[in-house]
Amino acid sequence: MDIKVNVRELNGRRPVSVVDLNGEIDVYTSPKVKETIMELIDAGHYALVINLENVRYIDSTGLGVLIGGLKRVREHSGAVNLVCTNPQIKKIFDITGLVKIFGIFDTEAQACENL
Amino acid sequence: MRESLTRVTDTDAGGVVELRIPSRAEWVGVARLAVAGIASRLQFSIEDIEDLKLAVAEACTNCIQHAQGGDSVAITCHIFSDKIVVRVEDSGAGASARALEPRRLGEPKVGGLGVFLIRSLMDDVEYELNPHAGTTLTMTKFLRT
Repeated sequence: MDIKVNVRELNGRRPVSVVDLNGEIDVYTSPKVKETIMELIDAGHYALVINLENVRYIDSTGLGVLIGGLKRVREHSGAVNLVCTNPQIKKIFDITGLVKIFGIFDTEAQACENL
Repeated sequence: MRESLTRVTDTDAGGVVELRIPSRAEWVGVARLAVAGIASRLQFSIEDIEDLKLAVAEACTNCIQHAQGGDSVAITCHIFSDKIVVRVEDSGAGASARALEPRRLGEPKVGGLGVFLIRSLMDDVEYELNPHAGTTLTMTKFLRT
């Protein structure tokens, strides 16, 4: 029950910060995710792709971190897109209505293109 | 002193499994995995096991974040032939009623999603608020045939 967080910078037509998450996001691990996302935003990165492909579990505290990040980047006209194909995790975004708030894509390339 | 205790009791209803965890974030994962193991033994589908895991974790998280002065969270699983009834209770002064209100969806908002998820994922949810003896959340998931 741990989370690994890795950040990559993609310098394409529009610079994008990709946050790779690997593990489980819950009340214990979400502070680490929050810290990484908030540090990126504080450093002026407002185009974020958060890759959830290797996330096996997410709860409401994890969703709260993603929502908090989205709100912060929107203050700077930024955006957050997610990469997720796990049906159980997509179901959580669906029943909470967050599919209408986040862009959720099957691949990282699609998530970056649609920022 | 032991910090957690698991106890299994056979009853006419099928069985009761009790787990008590310290009221700290790092123990929530243990509770959800324990309940997943029980649900797996009862032949719940993978999707329903995931629902149970999340609902129990959300209930434990609520206890840890909102109970005042509680040092442990008790999870009791009542096993029946057609359902599992999970009771989650804290030993603190109890969650505020506001913490247990389902949130309205629409605007992105941090917090308040936990109870909404529990109500969405479980078949029946009841909670008792006692300002002196803690909060008890009882949730039921039926075995789909």
